[in-house]
Amino acid sequence: MNETDAAMSGRDEAPALYVRGLTKHYGSVAAVDDITFEIARGETFALLGPNGAGKSSTIEILEGYRRRTGGEASVLGVDPAHGKLDWKARLGIVLQSTGEQGAFTVREQLAHFAGFYPNPRDVDEVIAAVGLEHKAKTRIAKLSGGQRRRVDVALGIIGRPELLFLDEPTTGFDPQARRDFWTLIRNLKREGTTILLTTHYLDEAAQLSDRAGVIAGGKLVDIGAIDEIGGAEARVPIVRWHEADGTPREERTHTPGTLVAAIVERIGREPAGLEIVRPSLEDIYLELVGEAAELSHEEQAEEVAAS
Amino acid sequence: MSIMTTGASRVGYETKGYFRTPDAVFFTFLFPVVMLAIFATAFSSMGDITPGPGQEGVSFAAYYLPGLLAAGLLLSGVQNLAVDIAGEKGDGTLKRLGGTPLSPIAFFIGKMGQVFVTAVMQAALLLAVAAIFFGVALPTEPSKWVTFAWVFVLGIATSALLGVALSSVPRSAKSATAVVIPIVLVLQFISGVYLQFYQLPEWMQNIASVFPLKWMAQGMRAVFLPEDFEVLEQTGTWDLGGVAIALLIWLVVGLVISRVTFRWIRRDA
Repeated sequence: MNETDAAMSGRDEAPALYVRGLTKHYGSVAAVDDITFEIARGETFALLGPNGAGKSSTIEILEGYRRRTGGEASVLGVDPAHGKLDWKARLGIVLQSTGEQGAFTVREQLAHFAGFYPNPRDVDEVIAAVGLEHKAKTRIAKLSGGQRRRVDVALGIIGRPELLFLDEPTTGFDPQARRDFWTLIRNLKREGTTILLTTHYLDEAAQLSDRAGVIAGGKLVDIGAIDEIGGAEARVPIVRWHEADGTPREERTHTPGTLVAAIVERIGREPAGLEIVRPSLEDIYLELVGEAAELSHEEQAEEVAAS
Repeated sequence: MSIMTTGASRVGYETKGYFRTPDAVFFTFLFPVVMLAIFATAFSSMGDITPGPGQEGVSFAAYYLPGLLAAGLLLSGVQNLAVDIAGEKGDGTLKRLGGTPLSPIAFFIGKMGQVFVTAVMQAALLLAVAAIFFGVALPTEPSKWVTFAWVFVLGIATSALLGVALSSVPRSAKSATAVVIPIVLVLQFISGVYLQFYQLPEWMQNIASVFPLKWMAQGMRAVFLPEDFEVLEQTGTWDLGGVAIALLIWLVVGLVISRVTFRWIRRDA
């Protein structure tokens, strides 16, 4: 093994990105409150959470736009608060809001941005990858919202990034465009790109990511493989039915069939309002976020009571 | 990619973007030309402007040309860049660039280069319109053109840096024109662009002397007006030394403020 290989494999073992005890205060408000996670090289990680939960603050600290108040952060081995231009050359950033120089055509804009990077992708390949071949010579101002978003994504990947930040990338996409985008992301992943994604669409997170973290109220409330988020308990099927007197009931059970049979036998007829639900990622997510919101309300109530 | 190569590519990109923005083209590029045409036509029947009774004078077009060349420097630099950069800050263009390996130096080479290229084209257009349509005789002595060259270069560099500096003042892209235009407009009125400087009250001339536009206009008058007109200046001379010093001071002021205030994004606490 020569030195380069050794350096490469050494780099591969280190996580692409990690934060430990990351904190961001705006005045006395903690927008990000003691968050710890890491993303392995080549992994796609989704950061989920409601608006105002601290997703964007976290991602903007990692992109180098904002300074953290406390904790550790490392992005491709560099502290993002002190990232230089050669560090930025290894990142791709798709921001949440699109600010576009509408006066340029798609091709002009991409060709210009390609010039900033040491080893950019081919402009026409990128245009094709985001499905804008027929709009390549159209000025960006004349594109639809979804098409502009695809230009944003194209600009994010033109520099052949090792790590790609995608902040709500598919907002405004129609279902077909979203499916196309997923294909694009899977291709990038296949090429070894590490991806940090935030999204409101849980199906998107489920489709694309290896692992996910759920942020609510500035805290990381859960983290894990996308099919394990919320824990095994959260995935136990729920049986809902109405008792003979009309009282609604629900029960979690690993043996819903047996339970239903027991209910039928007990009340002596078909129970009204019967359903058996296997919680979807969305149900689990809403439960996690809901619990966190209740918790923070309780905390606030305690604080009020204490004062 | 070296900074100079990227900078050169930014100059081309910025210049193309400028000419594709109709507002910028009209209000910062064509405006002095339009004003020259209006003044020269409206006052054409009023006879010449003379430095004193019974002396030989020049046409209104010839008299206004230097002031409008100076106004062009101010518009191409201050108004153009202050509104442009504030807008780019507001619409997220700068934030996006800040996430790329584009060097801020290359970014500024692009802005300064765009201003320089368009200002040269603007001055050429003003001179051509004045000479061809309004019969203004342009100087033939090489020394006059040397003066023109340094006043132009110093003036446009100062103006561009002050534009960058001023772009940090507006809190949003929408308020940018509301902040910038009044400043630029008032300066043009008190600095001898639209009104004849020697006719302004002395206190107003003194206020104007604090700001750079008065000195750009004075430098341009030294190039384009006959020697007899020197007596109309505040000190009775063209005072080119004063022009150089005043512009250099403002150049440094603009450079320092730009360096201190420029951010890709509004940094939080």
